[in-house]
Amino acid sequence: MTAENVTTSTRLQNILSNYYVRKILLSIVTLFGISILIFTIARVLPGDPARLALGPRAPEDVVEQYRKLLRLDQPIYIQYFYWLLDVFNGRFGLSLVTFRDVLTDIVEFLPATVELIIFTLIIDVIGAFSLGVISGRKPNSMIDNAVRIFAYAGIAIPSFVWAIILQLVLANWLDILPAYGRLSLGIEVNRITGLITVDSLLSGNLVAFADAITHLIIPSLSLAIGCIAQEARILRANLIENINKDYILNMYAHGIPSSIIFFKYALKPSMIPTVTIMTLDMASMLGNAFLVELIFNWPGLSRYGITAMLRKDLNAIVGVVLVIGLAYTIASIIIDLLVSYLDPRVRYKR
Amino acid sequence: MLLEINDLHVYYKSYWYILKVLNGVWLRVDKGERVGIIGESGSGKTTLLKSILKILPQNGIIPRGEIRYDGKNILKLGDNELTKIRRKEIGIIFQDPMAALNPVFTIKEQLYDIIKHKMMIEGHNPSSKELHEQAVKILNDVRLPDPERVLKSYPFQLSGGMRQRVMIAMALISAEKLLLADEPTTNLDVTIQDQILKLIHKLVTEKNLSTILVSHALGMVYQMTDRVFVLYAGDIMEEAGTNELFNHPKHPYTQLLISSTPRLSSVGVGEGIKGKIPDYRNPPPGCRFAPRCPYVMDKCINMKPGKIQVNRDHVVSCYLYD
Repeated sequence: MTAENVTTSTRLQNILSNYYVRKILLSIVTLFGISILIFTIARVLPGDPARLALGPRAPEDVVEQYRKLLRLDQPIYIQYFYWLLDVFNGRFGLSLVTFRDVLTDIVEFLPATVELIIFTLIIDVIGAFSLGVISGRKPNSMIDNAVRIFAYAGIAIPSFVWAIILQLVLANWLDILPAYGRLSLGIEVNRITGLITVDSLLSGNLVAFADAITHLIIPSLSLAIGCIAQEARILRANLIENINKDYILNMYAHGIPSSIIFFKYALKPSMIPTVTIMTLDMASMLGNAFLVELIFNWPGLSRYGITAMLRKDLNAIVGVVLVIGLAYTIASIIIDLLVSYLDPRVRYKR
Repeated sequence: MLLEINDLHVYYKSYWYILKVLNGVWLRVDKGERVGIIGESGSGKTTLLKSILKILPQNGIIPRGEIRYDGKNILKLGDNELTKIRRKEIGIIFQDPMAALNPVFTIKEQLYDIIKHKMMIEGHNPSSKELHEQAVKILNDVRLPDPERVLKSYPFQLSGGMRQRVMIAMALISAEKLLLADEPTTNLDVTIQDQILKLIHKLVTEKNLSTILVSHALGMVYQMTDRVFVLYAGDIMEEAGTNELFNHPKHPYTQLLISSTPRLSSVGVGEGIKGKIPDYRNPPPGCRFAPRCPYVMDKCINMKPGKIQVNRDHVVSCYLYD
């Protein structure tokens, strides 16, 4: 081996020993695995996609032709091979429902969901931390009991029920917020990123921005309540546990003000489990969003995915599941970054 | 008299029951005196130390008793005075330095906060340069090599001995009059234990601090203290000068405790004491040692014995000397 070869290979080793590089390579492999799995499952499920796409009254020879076009007459591994070939050319196959490439559909529907989830996350982070801190600061006080009752309700009641309750109260009875949709009639925004709030700001349309925000509140709140409840409870439990640890008593023993002890020395270690759960919740929101999207007539990816399942839209199913898989991958990388920022023991182990 | 504790009761409340741990403890520490507290695990030694600084866990309550420090009852002190005592008069070394140092903050962050608040109560708001100088000086005092590296480290990056030195350094910042040491060597390697003890001994002598050393290592207490209190199940059983106590133990518990300690010179292991510490939910109404005592009498079971002065410097709480 020449000297140059040695340095190249050690450099490669250095890159590979980086935790995040390994993690990203591994998640690419995982996404491949998911694609094989879901590709197969979608095809072995009962029901004929070609027949479902063309309807019960289409003549058999047309259906047969369509089946050939979709390569459904070939063995699954051949189908998968062609699908992969398509993917490397930037196509995810034709949707049997919209008759467009699945990628085009995803690009159209994903932003609405992403916007919903980002807004939900903002509410979630603010809600979970403030409730958890209020509750953990004064355990067993009146306000703590109120938060705990809310938390039980938040966990027990599913998000679509919250959606209906909030819609009923805030939109129908009090009439302070719009009941559904992303924008009011008559307001239009040029599509740039697909996120209406961002697009309206980019084009300087503040009326549309305000309108988009009011449309986001109820759906985001109904998605966020369950997460807030769960995370606030975890934060509260960790705060109460940590406040009796010797490292906290040691700070009291030195006469450090209790606000510094609580908000600095107790809060940081208590945040680690909460942040982990929070990021996982973020990924599962993509899946949980579909009923909420349905209720609020929200043109997002979750609704598209459900329609695809019901209509056995093979390529769309694979596309949507891959997006969800990608979301989990990104979430787990975010968890790692946040946790290693909060917890030096994790940071130095890598 | 620097510290005088009378009739101190400490309970731990839980949802279903109350643990009645300390049961009328008394204690005296003179200026410059080194006091030892011995007793087996679970006797309430740590609870006693924590109540002196009023840093019990949140479920800890003090229904009765007084802790007079410098003439003032710590339990009735206002926040300002208590803070002053905590910041610059009494310091505590915890049993397990790993548990007593915050795992997600560097030594620097924790040490700076402690130094800063101590200087602030002296009416001086230190710059970060002053903080750094002070921190390095303090770490040098406890013989930590490479203080700069230690400051940048997180607790888990230091060895057990180094962590305990950091702990001692922290305690000494606050301990200008009284140092409380809660089994400072229990969690260390045997080879390190001696070094740490010598360090504490040296620093205490240099600064002429009063100390309370809590331990179940009797040899250590024998070497390092002037007076010893024997604590069993939340009751002081005996109090005497160190030599007197180890050579003429009066209370049956003390006698058993001393004889059950293994010695290098003797063959085999001591006998130990049969039975275990009572259940604090429902402790014996009389002498708490009665259920395990070889000389138990009827009255021991129903009524707690008072303090009995057996000679000038020796007090025992036992009906045998009544």
